[in-house]
Amino acid sequence: MLRFVLRRLLQMVGVVIVLSFLLFVWLRSLPGGTVSAILGERATPQTRAALTKALGLDQPIWVQYGSYAKRLLSGDFGVSTGVLPGTDALDIFLTRFPATLELSILAILLAVSAAIPLGYLAARRRATWFDNTSILVSLVGVAVPVFFLAFLLKYYFAIEHNWLPVSGRQSSGVDATRVTGFFVLDGIITQEWDAAWDAFKHLILPAIALATIPFAVIFRITRASVLDVMEEDFVRTARSKGLTQRVIRGRHILRNALLPVVTIIGLQVGGLFAGAVLTETVFNFGGVGETLATAFTLRDYSVLQVIILAAAITYVIVNLLVDIAYAIIDPRIRTR
Amino acid sequence: MTQIVDATSESKRGRRSDGPLLEVRDLSVTFTRRGEQPFTAVDGVSFDVSPGQTVGLVGESGCGKSVTSLAIMGLLPHRGNRIEGEVLFEGTDLLKLGDREMNDRRGREVGMIFQDPLSSLNPVIPLGVQVAEVLERHKGMSRKSALVVGQEMIEKVGIPDPTRRLKDYPHQLSGGMRQRVLIAIALACEPRLLIADEPTTALDVTIQAQILALLSELVEGSGTALIMITHDLGVVAGLCDEVNVLYGGRIVERAERHALFARPHHPYTNGLLASIPSLESARGDRLTPIPGSVADNLPWTGSCAFAPRCFNAIPICRQTTPELVEDRGRSLRCHNPVGMDE
Repeated sequence: MLRFVLRRLLQMVGVVIVLSFLLFVWLRSLPGGTVSAILGERATPQTRAALTKALGLDQPIWVQYGSYAKRLLSGDFGVSTGVLPGTDALDIFLTRFPATLELSILAILLAVSAAIPLGYLAARRRATWFDNTSILVSLVGVAVPVFFLAFLLKYYFAIEHNWLPVSGRQSSGVDATRVTGFFVLDGIITQEWDAAWDAFKHLILPAIALATIPFAVIFRITRASVLDVMEEDFVRTARSKGLTQRVIRGRHILRNALLPVVTIIGLQVGGLFAGAVLTETVFNFGGVGETLATAFTLRDYSVLQVIILAAAITYVIVNLLVDIAYAIIDPRIRTR
Repeated sequence: MTQIVDATSESKRGRRSDGPLLEVRDLSVTFTRRGEQPFTAVDGVSFDVSPGQTVGLVGESGCGKSVTSLAIMGLLPHRGNRIEGEVLFEGTDLLKLGDREMNDRRGREVGMIFQDPLSSLNPVIPLGVQVAEVLERHKGMSRKSALVVGQEMIEKVGIPDPTRRLKDYPHQLSGGMRQRVLIAIALACEPRLLIADEPTTALDVTIQAQILALLSELVEGSGTALIMITHDLGVVAGLCDEVNVLYGGRIVERAERHALFARPHHPYTNGLLASIPSLESARGDRLTPIPGSVADNLPWTGSCAFAPRCFNAIPICRQTTPELVEDRGRSLRCHNPVGMDE
């Protein structure tokens, strides 16, 4: 198991190196570019050339990547040119990443804890009103665009009824001490319960918006997988042993049915990032997703690179965790 | 192979009443799918099994033998089928028992072995647990003591290195070993009736013989009644005391094993025996198949279901349904039997 994890971590390093290069080249091949973004369209060729040279963008791409990689190794991720000009790109990322992480974790927890039990129940009550209703709801969940749902939630719960905050991560009147950058966690650590509760209320609507698609997908996969496993021969064997329903369902059906579900959860975590860009923008959440959108319009290479690399690393780590979970659940993988 | 020392066999014999352990009476199973014609898979099947006796249910695929066994076990789904008749286990009708009561008997009074030993074992649970859980359920054992007994069972069915095997998973065993594990599971609680549904079909021929030897050894040692479901007459010849030949959901011939093999009366039984390739037959001899296959919907109404495939059919076979007639210890459902010239 340890060797398996180590091997996967090494693979991860390779993935990140290759990705950093592809990302570097790809960003620089986009039309527009930093110089135009900073100087605007009416800049003279002289100023453009001067800035291009100052930013090192006149060098061949290999050389540019070489010096970028060298700086990366010493922990220098470059300086923002658009989002917060002059600020260290890594700092920008680090101050905003906790917001996104907090939101994503809550969203995926919501999605998983609702989707697996409901998917299981729907399978057991196949073709009843419960099953049909859940399928319909999950279809709507996939079909409605995230930003539209986010707007709907915001309009109904925050603007129309004022039950939950409209935007941001913390109400302006709340005096909260910052420790980790995770606002709910900060409130708990410092025992500022009102601040923690306030931060949590800010999380609810964006988390629901972000959770819908993963919920719908995990629900459908769970349902289908449970239906499959229920027909398996070994479930018939379990029943022929006279085992209690609880043991048959928990030990024999659910455990086998969870294998594809675990895979899909891993894949959905990757998709969360795309959802976060939209959700955070609608709710002015101040997370990485929102920053990514801004950095893209301003062609802020350094910030873009940090965020996308971090997203890729997160994705790879999550899928490593998925593989480990897989090996724990399924012995056939372990011996391979 | 290990010598079977079964302390309980004596007490079991003591409990043995004169009557049969299991009496199946007029069992019918009809599948009723919405929008489809009801399909009668088992049609008025009756047979008895006494303690220590091995009874075979033989027939082609689709003849209703597996459905019969699932009906006895109460493992057919509640929805979409109609089960009629009686399955008397020591006088108690299993079909009338509630889910909970039946569940208490499954695994304890009646054990079952299935056809495909790989798919019939849970791939993600250690074998030890799969044996132990049935003991935990019915004998109220803790996991620990259930594993001890489980290990004894695994040893008893002839699996080497049982301590290590307890921790293994199904994919780490060969097919024959897996079938031994299934047998260990089915026999763990010392059931008085064992149903084996094609237990050797998925195995190599050499392994088949081992598994059959093991089964007969275990059954003879303990006075367990055994229902052997198979399409393979070789299995029947080696193991069964009494043989029921099924066709189209009905029993067409029933006889003691030797009598059946020496002198099959039903043309279908005759055909089954004739279709077995023999080592004595000359090279180049064609096999003798029975033409056609079991009809989808059973035309037992107004004719003999086998008539369209029967070499010996006469006009009455297509006009009247033959009844199962008992004569000198054999039963036969045929208007124009073969081999009756004595």
